[in-house]
Amino acid sequence: MTESRTRESLLRMKGITKRFPGVLANDHVDLELHEGEVLALLGENGAGKSTLMNVLCGLYRPDEGVITVRGDRVDIQSPRDSYDLGIGMVHQNFMLVETMTVAENVVLGLQGLAFQPELRRVKHRLEELGDQYGLKVDPDAYIWQLSVGEQQRVEILKLLYRDVDILILDEPTAVLTPQEVDDLVEVLRRVVREGKAAIFITHKLREVMLFSDRVTVLRGGKNVATRSTSETSPEELARLMVGREILFRLEKTTCEVGAPVLVVEDLEALNDKGLPALRGVSLTVRAGEIVGIAGVAGNGQRELAEVITGLRYAVGGDVHVGKTCITNCSPLRAIQAGVSHIPEDRVGMGLVGDMSVAENLALKAYRTSELSRGPVLFPRRMKTFAEDLIDGFDIATPGPGTQVKFLSGGNLQKAILARELKACKGLLVAVHPTRGLDVGATETVRELLLEQRDEGTAVLLISEDLDELLEVSDRIAVMFEGEIVGVVPTEEADIDAIGLMMAGEQPEEEGAAG
Amino acid sequence: MNVSLLTSLLSITLRAGTSLLYATIGEIYTERAGILNLGVEGMMMVGAVSAFAVGYHTESLVLAVVMALLAGTLLALVHAFLSISLRANQVVSGLTLTLFGTGLASFLGQRLGPGGSRLVGLVGPSLGRLPIPMLSDLPVVGSSFFDQDILTYGLYGLVPLAWWYLYKTRPGLYMRSVGENPQTADAMGIRVSVNRYLYTMLGGALAGLGGAHLSLAYTKGWTENITGGRGWIAVALVIFAMWDPLRAVIGAALFGGINAVQFRMQAAGTTIPAALLNMLPYVATILVLVIITWWENLRKRIGAPAALGVPYAREEKG
Amino acid sequence: MRIVFEKRQEVSHAIRVLVPVLSLVFALVFGAFLLLLSGVDPFAAYAAMAQGALGDVHAVAETLVKAIPLMLTGLGVAIAFRMLFWNIGAEGQLAMGGLAATWVALYASDPLPNWSVVPVAVVLGMLAGAVWAAIPAILRAYLNVNETITTLMMNYIAILLVSHMYHGPWRDPEGYGFPGTARFPEVAWLPRIYDRAHAGLFLAVIAAAILWFVLQRTKWGFELRIAGENPKAARYIGINIPRLIIKAMLVSGALCGLAGVCEVTGVMRRLQQGLTVGYGYTAIIVAWMSQLNPWGVLLVAFLLAALLVGGDQIQMAMGLPAAMGLVLQGALLFPMLGGSLFAEYRLRIVRSGPQEALLPQASLAKESES
Repeated sequence: MTESRTRESLLRMKGITKRFPGVLANDHVDLELHEGEVLALLGENGAGKSTLMNVLCGLYRPDEGVITVRGDRVDIQSPRDSYDLGIGMVHQNFMLVETMTVAENVVLGLQGLAFQPELRRVKHRLEELGDQYGLKVDPDAYIWQLSVGEQQRVEILKLLYRDVDILILDEPTAVLTPQEVDDLVEVLRRVVREGKAAIFITHKLREVMLFSDRVTVLRGGKNVATRSTSETSPEELARLMVGREILFRLEKTTCEVGAPVLVVEDLEALNDKGLPALRGVSLTVRAGEIVGIAGVAGNGQRELAEVITGLRYAVGGDVHVGKTCITNCSPLRAIQAGVSHIPEDRVGMGLVGDMSVAENLALKAYRTSELSRGPVLFPRRMKTFAEDLIDGFDIATPGPGTQVKFLSGGNLQKAILARELKACKGLLVAVHPTRGLDVGATETVRELLLEQRDEGTAVLLISEDLDELLEVSDRIAVMFEGEIVGVVPTEEADIDAIGLMMAGEQPEEEGAAG
Repeated sequence: MNVSLLTSLLSITLRAGTSLLYATIGEIYTERAGILNLGVEGMMMVGAVSAFAVGYHTESLVLAVVMALLAGTLLALVHAFLSISLRANQVVSGLTLTLFGTGLASFLGQRLGPGGSRLVGLVGPSLGRLPIPMLSDLPVVGSSFFDQDILTYGLYGLVPLAWWYLYKTRPGLYMRSVGENPQTADAMGIRVSVNRYLYTMLGGALAGLGGAHLSLAYTKGWTENITGGRGWIAVALVIFAMWDPLRAVIGAALFGGINAVQFRMQAAGTTIPAALLNMLPYVATILVLVIITWWENLRKRIGAPAALGVPYAREEKG
Repeated sequence: MRIVFEKRQEVSHAIRVLVPVLSLVFALVFGAFLLLLSGVDPFAAYAAMAQGALGDVHAVAETLVKAIPLMLTGLGVAIAFRMLFWNIGAEGQLAMGGLAATWVALYASDPLPNWSVVPVAVVLGMLAGAVWAAIPAILRAYLNVNETITTLMMNYIAILLVSHMYHGPWRDPEGYGFPGTARFPEVAWLPRIYDRAHAGLFLAVIAAAILWFVLQRTKWGFELRIAGENPKAARYIGINIPRLIIKAMLVSGALCGLAGVCEVTGVMRRLQQGLTVGYGYTAIIVAWMSQLNPWGVLLVAFLLAALLVGGDQIQMAMGLPAAMGLVLQGALLFPMLGGSLFAEYRLRIVRSGPQEALLPQASLAKESES
């Protein structure tokens, strides 16, 4: 950490306000950034961090407010304007064209690009930059061939190639292994050394303490505090972020573990690109226990969930639920065997946006005698069924007839949970169930998972949030490159050891089961 | 097979495939930019009728061709406006364009003759063959490749140009990004809408040109259903060509060839019923599509531009 | 200054209804323009059209004649579109239905008991249409082949086949030079209600009712709607999409085939030119304009038929080209397509100020929608 001394103000945002239909995303927010510093923008999901940064890089137009760069007022109307001002952003969803090469992606939209682009010079410069900042990548590689960490490097190179002085990174570590996170810290250090500056958006307190010089906290669209990192603590930041004391531990009772419900043996499967995603995964989940799958996104977790729920073909191995073999059977068979699935892609897969809340809640139950007889469906029964679930799970909606796309994120997830838990007959597969939810909704979801487990359901929980896994699961299995590299009972879990396993290293200390 | 038959077949193949290739390359560009335009048939129709009408009344082939370009462009502009600015469903919009374009062409065909009469049956100026000196004396290749009309010659230049523009230039790079990932293109400062408008209109112009070739060179004159579904075959050929201008040539040649074979067989007085022969191109299209799609499912690498047919909107709360 | 589209909070029902109405107005205006170009007084023309289509019972009957095939093909296309299956093949499926019915009328009327000829023709016609639709459906369901093109190619094949049959093997030897089959025996005639309007009307209404019931009150209809709205979700909850596509297309093809049967046994009572006149393509407009709602299809089909019949009338009276009606149809759908955007988004004009602080924006949108 560099000593704090008065530095040049590089960027100042004053009174930024941005409204969307039904939401005040930014409420007169002020922000200041100095040369040579790394500023953390901290807040929960929905606090307005991404919106604020999108305003800065020209993707959104603020309804009110003024932006000043190096003392001059500026009007940023488009991404091109922000590039001209030396501002660039690495988004959470990478802005890369998969079917083009690294070099082609870097020159996309470049000012003064020749009519017939001479890529040789580009590649040379990319290699120079790579050496200077520690960002090595093959300029001729196609994006789809690169790992997520490498793709992020391309994003950063894009900015450096354009002489960007203010780099913004949106949740940069979400997809990185602990080692890659260290690399990123080093890159940022080198970058800000020469008078550039960086803002990174995060909701993880550990990163704020690790990376930043100063931190600005947003809550509910407002700037609630700015601190120098060395003068604050995670507890204070957490309180500012959330507005109340948060419990870091849920009440968890020990539970009687029953017979095996899910038995996966030597499972092999390919991913969407035809490369092996699962290389012989074996796992057992028993009734009344929650098994958490830890691992950086992209190591096979998604494919594992898809094979178990019948959405992906397995090229080898078996999946049994109870006594039924459901390997390579249709999703319908999996559902009939008692499998419930809370999908990663809530709106894209778990719900039908244009249909009503009642219809969405009935998506699993419409085949049962409760809501239908023979081919005929009973809308009135569906309505009552929905009303019960809405009450029971406290889903905020104008009514069962409202189209589900108008619900907020937390309520969407509650709706899915309500439906899946009601239909659950043995096994629940939950994939990133609290992603993007605020603290209140997250707590609710975790409590519901524990409740389900207490009632004897077997739960397979896949999550990128290690804290969540530690809090909720009984055992943690770590996945790396399509294999389970370690399974630990949560009580004995050592975070560092798990982190190492997530990165593919085997911890040497005792206590980490291999 | 003797030489003169081969030469004759080649010659007809080239001529028959010209209108198809123009339309196909136009649609390749449109789809590469991310817009699905199913109105090719309608655009070819208006191109054909307007070219013939203008040619008939002004005796100027240049004006006729210009009119065809204009007509196709205007029609494509409607589709572009609906699809890009109003984000309408592109499939339905394109279909409507075909219906409307076909109807409009029919309407004009009954109105644009001398004194408001029909155009059917009239004889107008046509594009003659322009044998290239020296080259047209070469065996086989000479009388087929180098003894064609000017629009066919135009393709000899257009195809490599289209390929070069797409892969080797900056605007081509930008266009591809717009079709693959408009969010990224937008974030990189590329104007998505402008690009899409441009290439949709270009597609329309080329389709119109294809239609002009039919009424000015191939069938010479105006009849109802002059295109006979070529616009649709062009859409299929885009898939067959895997959105690459060079491969489009193979597809157009294939269909030109089928037409040529039909021609020769009928001329030779075959016993195969005319209806069956006439079905050939359509059956072939289905087969070609099935084979290509099946093969692509196996390969999974080259496919449609990822954002094809999906309207792009920037100001969405994501 | 920029015009920005902002997603609405709730769907405005007022706009939903307003859009088809406005597009009708637009089409009439555009048509008036074309009429003026042709040297005709638009008001007189429209009045004549209305008179010709709806003026008296005979006119209404003629309108029904055109409306019934539009209703049936419209319903067929609507079912397919619900599944996002772009069935452009209604024309061909209609043709095959007519072909099958012709075969029954010419070759099966003798052996079969009299009362059964028409029902058999109906069944076989629907079957033929269903089979014709099943081919592209299977290709799409299992091989993911683009159905827009395959269904359209099947149209051309079917039309050529029909033409071949009545020009060749099935041609009436006493036809006096007109290509076409012999007149059907009376047992193969679909009963008529008034003038040429026939019992197909009842079939269309029944079909609409069944379709409505299936979509709103059955599991299968529920699954259909889900698969059309969100195929990923449909798979996730265990719906077998390929099988659903095929079932939906069998129904779609059957309905279009039924339209062909009615044309051939109710209107023309022979197979000749005039079967494939574009109903299958107009059906697309009908389906889209009625927002894929079965009752809407009946209404819109009738209105569109009135447009066509009225068009015919003034064509003869005022010497206008027959393609006028076709042009108007296209003109109808464009504003529909454009207008559908306004149901979901509203307009805002964004003013960008000078380098001073950005001004609060004036919102032009009506705040009154509920």
